[in-house]
Amino acid sequence: MIRVIRSIIAIVGLLQMFMLGPSYGQTGDETVIRDHIARFAGADFQGIAETVSTLAATGDPAVAPVLRALRGGDIYWRKSDRRVVRAEKMPKRMLRLLDPLSGEVIEDVRKSAVKKVKVNNTLRRMIDTALGNLTLRSPDRAMRLDAAGQLFRTRDPSTLPALDAALAAETDEGVAGEMRDARAAIMLKVGDATVDAQRDAIARLAARGDNAARTVLAGFTSDDPALSAATAQGIERIDRSLRLWGYGQNIWQGLSLGSVLLLAAIGLAITFGVMGVINMAHGELVMIGAYTTFVVQEFIRSSAPYLFDMSLFIAAPLAFLAAGLVGICIERGVIRFLYGRPLETLLATWGISLILQQAVRTIFGPNNREVGNPSFMSGAFELGGLTITWNRLWILLFALMIFAFLLFVMKRTRLGLQMRAVTQNRAMAADMGIRTGWVDAMTFGLGAGIAGLAGVALSQIDNVSPNLGQSYIVDSFMVVVFGGAGNLWGALAGAFTLGIANKFLEPFSGAVLAKVLVLIFIILFIQKRPRGLFALKGRAVEQ
Amino acid sequence: MEKGNDAVPAPRSGHTATLNRKTLLNTRGTIFLCVLAAVAVGVPYLNATGMLPDYAVSLIGKYLCFALLAIALDLLWGYCGILSLGHGAFFALGGYAMGMHLMREIGERGVYANPDLPDFMVFLNWQELPWFWWGFDTFWFAALMALFVPGLLAFIFGYFAFRSRVTGVYLSIITQAMTYALMLAFFRNEMGFGGNNGLTDFKDVLGYDLQSQDTRIGLFVLSALAVAVGFLICRAVVISKAGKVIISIRDAESRTRFLGYRVEGYKLFVFVLSAMLAGLAGALYTPQVGIINPGEFSPANSIEIVIWVAIGGRGTLVGAAIGAVIVAASKTILTGLYPEAWLFVLGAMFVFVTIFMPRGVLGVWDGMIDGMWRMRGMDPNERRLRA
Repeated sequence: MIRVIRSIIAIVGLLQMFMLGPSYGQTGDETVIRDHIARFAGADFQGIAETVSTLAATGDPAVAPVLRALRGGDIYWRKSDRRVVRAEKMPKRMLRLLDPLSGEVIEDVRKSAVKKVKVNNTLRRMIDTALGNLTLRSPDRAMRLDAAGQLFRTRDPSTLPALDAALAAETDEGVAGEMRDARAAIMLKVGDATVDAQRDAIARLAARGDNAARTVLAGFTSDDPALSAATAQGIERIDRSLRLWGYGQNIWQGLSLGSVLLLAAIGLAITFGVMGVINMAHGELVMIGAYTTFVVQEFIRSSAPYLFDMSLFIAAPLAFLAAGLVGICIERGVIRFLYGRPLETLLATWGISLILQQAVRTIFGPNNREVGNPSFMSGAFELGGLTITWNRLWILLFALMIFAFLLFVMKRTRLGLQMRAVTQNRAMAADMGIRTGWVDAMTFGLGAGIAGLAGVALSQIDNVSPNLGQSYIVDSFMVVVFGGAGNLWGALAGAFTLGIANKFLEPFSGAVLAKVLVLIFIILFIQKRPRGLFALKGRAVEQ
Repeated sequence: MEKGNDAVPAPRSGHTATLNRKTLLNTRGTIFLCVLAAVAVGVPYLNATGMLPDYAVSLIGKYLCFALLAIALDLLWGYCGILSLGHGAFFALGGYAMGMHLMREIGERGVYANPDLPDFMVFLNWQELPWFWWGFDTFWFAALMALFVPGLLAFIFGYFAFRSRVTGVYLSIITQAMTYALMLAFFRNEMGFGGNNGLTDFKDVLGYDLQSQDTRIGLFVLSALAVAVGFLICRAVVISKAGKVIISIRDAESRTRFLGYRVEGYKLFVFVLSAMLAGLAGALYTPQVGIINPGEFSPANSIEIVIWVAIGGRGTLVGAAIGAVIVAASKTILTGLYPEAWLFVLGAMFVFVTIFMPRGVLGVWDGMIDGMWRMRGMDPNERRLRA
């Protein structure tokens, strides 16, 4: 009991010193700090508490590691000269002594040569608070934000004065906002706070609108009926906003999944949709794109590491060419003998897919290959209540870019015009002087090249292994069939619809069942609209 | 000008002959059944005399199950023109039905010695047997289910698909989606079918120990019998009047419909029958192999069945069985000798057969016979009319 009172006194003392002014001790007089630290030697709990508060009061960031070490039980004093040190454990019951401030190695000693500066739970709490306060005034913005967040979580009323002082000195609007949130959370814990202050606090927390704020509000009880009502309203408001953000997150994840599906399917929308070739080797063309990325990155790693961030830009055209060339070979070598026999094409291309898979397995081995993220694709950022990872965002943009590119090729170029002509009426197109064989090869090559581009993007989020293609083949056929073969917009709509549907089902059913449900939905959908969402109309359909 | 692209599909000369009235057993069918009988008697005999190792009996038994599965698919694809990329699902469902019975037969001999629940359910902390496992402790119910469940799935699926006239490639793709969805579902532990590991550790069937060679030979002979019965059923369908309608649906669906036939009904009949035969094949497969797991549902497996039929020669029934045995046997041999090479060979087989042997091994054989007739100055069509 006495100990508790003592520590409270110590904490109050510590806070008072904080209040003395922001400039105190900021200059970091090292000898002063060393003098304080020296007092740990032989001190009892009360003595340690006092030293901790004086140290904390210096406000010098250099103190923080010492306090952290103290909390972790790594501060000792040497019996021979009462010098206070930090110690690291060594084998054979030895300790390596380090200077607590500079971290310089002093010597290795037996455990018996030193004595530990012991801490109890009260002290630990006190150190935590002191650390939180120290970092509240840190010159580093991220550390201040972190400290404010820490206060929000602990909601210790005793930190209020320090927080107020830090708030007054704070110039950064973002950090100040976070501190005000923390202050509001603490206000609900302060017993003698005014009703007005608490009402403001509730309003502030409700406006914050995240799960942490909801926890705080849910834990708040008041005798005042007006406050209780305000709390209930606040919680309701938070729930509503959380639900909305939840939908937002689902939609974002759905778009992200949709972009992956679009990437996987869009090449197929050309080969299957436009040419009517069931290319079961499509997934393997995606795989070739991914492995091209791997090879490019390996080359860059070994010979030009400074280019690493550019690796994807280098890999993309190469992947397009590599997959496109393989595609043209497949078309000229196999598929052209099988036009008009779609089911046979399916079997032959399946055979090709097996060969390509095994070839990659033989060359690169059966294991996953590591493809790195360039720096602009790693990490995430927050947008309101959404967490958006950069790589997903880039992949979404990339998918849309490819879509736009394909649309352009199909509608605005000579090749696109010829492709559409050959698709609509092969004989007449040939009569008009279009080299149908060449157009077929180019069309298939384009679809295959796009698959290769997809591989570059998918290498960033999926395992690059010989089985990469297999995992996308069913999905991409679903997208094309659902969207309506022969229509690029159908593929776009199909991919995003399926992606979003999948993500909205997942919370209720789990990931696997969601996928099963989506597949069943497609099977049923095909019954209703056998030609997909955006069906081609006219005589060309029934061949 | 490149003409290859503009080529119309080759006229299927062989099919014109199928429109003639035929007997249940033509020469080829008789030879097939004789070979089958020889295998059914010869393999156990060779095994008994020690010339054939024990494992080979189960292996050939497995091939026979595949042969039955291929015949079932050939009835559907070769005669009705419906390419199912999900036939592995019916096979696996039949296998699971039988596997469930075998699991129940284990009884208290499981690792957890629970008399009421299979091991994996005890492991998952299930308290009681789910309703869909009820009745599987009786063999006849399980055997019935092995036919009924695939048949029911085929009926529901086919009813909707054929009614809304989903045909050709689209049908193939949604059958693939069906088997893919089932695979994902069966991989889940919550489904109550053993999840990832499937059903295994079987002890005995109808009181006969599954590990004993006598039981295995019994199952082997049963498989051979099933192939013969399956073949005769399919053959009976094909030569019947309905069979002619089915063939005409394959060759000209719209025309058949305009002639007043209910195309959907015929297709549904063939689809369900084919699924049930596939289920039978699966039911015989599980006890011989000793395990059934969700991998059987994988789309790749179903496509492999199609290639058996394509290699053997579709629209021949006998060819399908031959193709299944050729591919399955070469898989066994090659994966043993050169594991790396197997997928190359399989892939090359797909490509080679579709381009150079559109009528499969039997087609090549027919071509050779026709050639001999021509050399003798006779019309090969006449031979077909006689067959």
